[in-house]
Amino acid sequence: MLAIELVIQGIVQGAIYALIALGLVLVYGLLRILHVAHAALYTLGAYIGVIIVNQGGHIIVATAVAMVAVGFVGVGIYRFAYKPLLDKPPLIALIASIGLFIAAEEIYRIIFGAYGMSFVQPPLQQQIELFKGFHLSTARISVVFLSILFIGVLAWLAASTRTGIAWRATVSDAGMAASFGVNIEKVRFINFFIGSALAALAGVMVALLNNLVEPTMGAVPAYKALAIIVLGGLGSVRGTLVASIALGIIESFGTIYLGHIMDRDAIAFTFLIIVLMIRPQGLLTRR
Amino acid sequence: MSYEIAVLTSMSIAILFALSLNLITGFCGQVSLGHAAFYGIGAYVAAMLTKAGLALPIALIPAAVMAGLVGVLVGVASLRVRHDFLAITTMGVGFLFVGIVRKQDALGGEIGISGIPSVAFGRPGLLLLALVCMVLFILLSIYIRRSWLGFAFESISDDEDTARTFGIDVSKFKLLAFVVGTAGAGIAGGLYAHHIRFIGPDSFGFVESITVLAMVIVGGIGSIAGVAVAAAVLSTLPLWLQFVDDYKLLIYGSLIFITMRFAPTGIAGIVRTLWQKRQAQ
Repeated sequence: MLAIELVIQGIVQGAIYALIALGLVLVYGLLRILHVAHAALYTLGAYIGVIIVNQGGHIIVATAVAMVAVGFVGVGIYRFAYKPLLDKPPLIALIASIGLFIAAEEIYRIIFGAYGMSFVQPPLQQQIELFKGFHLSTARISVVFLSILFIGVLAWLAASTRTGIAWRATVSDAGMAASFGVNIEKVRFINFFIGSALAALAGVMVALLNNLVEPTMGAVPAYKALAIIVLGGLGSVRGTLVASIALGIIESFGTIYLGHIMDRDAIAFTFLIIVLMIRPQGLLTRR
Repeated sequence: MSYEIAVLTSMSIAILFALSLNLITGFCGQVSLGHAAFYGIGAYVAAMLTKAGLALPIALIPAAVMAGLVGVLVGVASLRVRHDFLAITTMGVGFLFVGIVRKQDALGGEIGISGIPSVAFGRPGLLLLALVCMVLFILLSIYIRRSWLGFAFESISDDEDTARTFGIDVSKFKLLAFVVGTAGAGIAGGLYAHHIRFIGPDSFGFVESITVLAMVIVGGIGSIAGVAVAAAVLSTLPLWLQFVDDYKLLIYGSLIFITMRFAPTGIAGIVRTLWQKRQAQ
């Protein structure tokens, strides 16, 4: 019984990791930038969600507004922070991104206060009995459901729309795609918009699960999402999804069985280091 | 007088710490996002030993050895993975260190180690020790830069594959850079533990790794003088301007971002450009 509970907990956590890591892997696939500041967008999404719900807005409206607003902020980050750095070594953009992330966390602390924010009346907290003696809150179910929904929509977009084809062409060879008339700049805008919107969705979901939004809530996902996309083989979307779920489950078991030796983050990074030493190219990627 | 001594001590420790990272990231081009872990290893080892009765100058040796040994392990990892992968791996090492220390009762767990003894001759003695270590490390850095070793490091930093083609033993030099750099961080950590006289897992987290990286970057990656100046200024800025202390991270974060965005070569690069302009006139 404990095992099933741990697996489900792992899947819920993994679904959140997947939503955050997807935006990162989209950016990495396109620009070869490790976009640490992505997690700042996740925090921003969570704040926008909580504030709108507390002002009397419906949770669906709040989620939608958070996703669109954060999507535009993401595009802004690309335009003003990363675009001028594209011809520099990738490390420069990585470090700039870390700087941006740290500064953003501090700005949240100054604007929203250091002690965090909660829902006055947290929505989606009903318990549903899945099977006998086994309850799951609506919030947890929606996390898994929404992740599958959005990832499915994204997969469909990438596979069968003109924009999706332009996106895939740009990922595999930007110069060639441009010469065939793909508007690279537009593809990058859309890429950042979708990735950031997914991060905002994850932020609102985590706010629902924990009923707490803090300025530093992005710190751990920021680095863990990097670990996930590295595990997934940097740039592989399927690898990222597998790595997200795997890490979620490993963490939920690890905290029970290894919790006395190391904390949750250390378990995640031990897993990362072991995998990288055995398979430096990531979990699923072939050499 | 004691205030000035404390400021100078933390300044020399910061310079030593930043230069130790400069050796790995600046000279040899291997990025490390977990350098604070080695600072932490040195701090814990030295603190445990001096609490057991050893004198600090002697305790610094095992502190450096221990940090250097773990540094070799990370160096071996750097042979397997490169660039972005290496950045994430070293970041993982940082989280691993904090996550493990946090759970060890022998190391004080969450609470950390307090009541670390003061050194012989008190504060001025510690300052002297820190200054000696700092000057020695500066001299070592200058020596490496001018020697064949520095040339090999630079070639790896520029283009690893080309360096290998020219018969440079890339693995050996990378490991060497990691050993010397992490041992330097271990010494800095040992000094820090006896300067603050209290250490806990949170003193060596990711923020510290980024702080020291900021010093290297703002100073100018690879420049000894630039990094030393940046470390001295950034480590004492919060003391001089009280209001900065509240916004320390905001300022560090913005400085890192602005430097990368507008002047990726740092203070050293700006000074060099200005100097060349003057020469040209």
